[in-house]
Amino acid sequence: MQEIPINTYSSPTVILDLIYRLKVKDVMYKDLTCATMSSTLREIQHLMKKEKITGVPIVQGKRLIGLVSMDDIIQALDKGYIEEPCKAYMSRNIIVLEDDMPISFAINYFDKFSFHRFPVLNKEKELVGMITSRDISATLLVEINREMEILEKSQASNQPTNPNNINGEIHSYNIIKHDFENAGYASTQIKKKLKKGGVATQIIRRAAIASYEMEMNIVVHSNGGQLSATYTPNKVIICAQDRGPGIKDIEKALTPGWSTANDWIRSLGFGAGMGLPNVKNVSDDFSIESSPKGTSVTCTINLQKKDEENKDDSK
Amino acid sequence: MTVNDLAKIDGFNTIILSDGSLEVSSAYTGDLLSDVIANVGDDSVLITVQAHKNTIAVCSLSSMPAIVICNGRSCPDDMIKAAKENDISIFETDDTQFLASVKIAKALNL
Repeated sequence: MQEIPINTYSSPTVILDLIYRLKVKDVMYKDLTCATMSSTLREIQHLMKKEKITGVPIVQGKRLIGLVSMDDIIQALDKGYIEEPCKAYMSRNIIVLEDDMPISFAINYFDKFSFHRFPVLNKEKELVGMITSRDISATLLVEINREMEILEKSQASNQPTNPNNINGEIHSYNIIKHDFENAGYASTQIKKKLKKGGVATQIIRRAAIASYEMEMNIVVHSNGGQLSATYTPNKVIICAQDRGPGIKDIEKALTPGWSTANDWIRSLGFGAGMGLPNVKNVSDDFSIESSPKGTSVTCTINLQKKDEENKDDSK
Repeated sequence: MTVNDLAKIDGFNTIILSDGSLEVSSAYTGDLLSDVIANVGDDSVLITVQAHKNTIAVCSLSSMPAIVICNGRSCPDDMIKAAKENDISIFETDDTQFLASVKIAKALNL
């Protein structure tokens, strides 16, 4: 099995940071050996032997047309059509990755499908590389080594702790554009943390609503960003910061029912124009700032019980 | 009633029964996840057509113990896996959301 033993949503933060920061293009190999539809399976077999590879993409110019794997070659040898062109025998339904995707996607794909390799396309749908689970493991090992070194150094130097951590804790989560696969992870962590802290259920509900909407906003509308939660004994401050493209009209964005989401987003049950109004509604303190460089939303929720009742009634 | 009782409703197919002993005291019907998360009450079963992993996130955040996926839609594997990890049960039915809601309302003696 090709399974990569890293959980893409509940591994240590250091690992999660890595698998979101690293892109498929950082990991894939670009030095491709390709064949065309007129190549015979025998020629491809020789290519595999010469280059020590187990899968050859079939291309037309820069377009990926198919893939011939070692299995296809074995079939051809068995059934006696090894001298024929690959056109009729190559696999055509190929699952591909995009070069801009975080490698968490690639890890999920390797765990989900039994393929040994995925071709990688760029935005123009041109074949730019191939990725195997071995590429991921190797890159991850190198990066994990580097991270461990940094961790060891910072422990050794015995630095004073971050003053922010004395009051409580700050947890931050990277949120990737259109990563519906892992959306909701950050808010679930925030909810768990408050639950562990013994916060009243209704207050946890409000924090969950706010963090979920803020997280989904980054996934749906932004170029990606961060969600952070600062915990103090009296309140939790949830902050969403993204990298653009900004909200043109904040007033409209705060109007219930107003949305810029496209049909695809709406078909997934988002983009109803309720996100920011929901956040504002459950916040004890709410602020938003936006420019084309990015939007930042800050929501504070008091952990004391006093105004819980009237907040709970407002809808 | 409990999640186990949902499994007995005519036309509901159990896709995954995670914790059948969890209490179900109400239900919420909706496909707009923002609307669901903002308005759903405690211990509610969600009646929806949104068969994807984000629905599990919404249920988990709102403490919903079960989901009924209507109109014969089927759940992807990653959704079922996430449901299992979050103690959420999933049922599929060919019923419309209206019919599924009526059946659950009857079971709740509403």
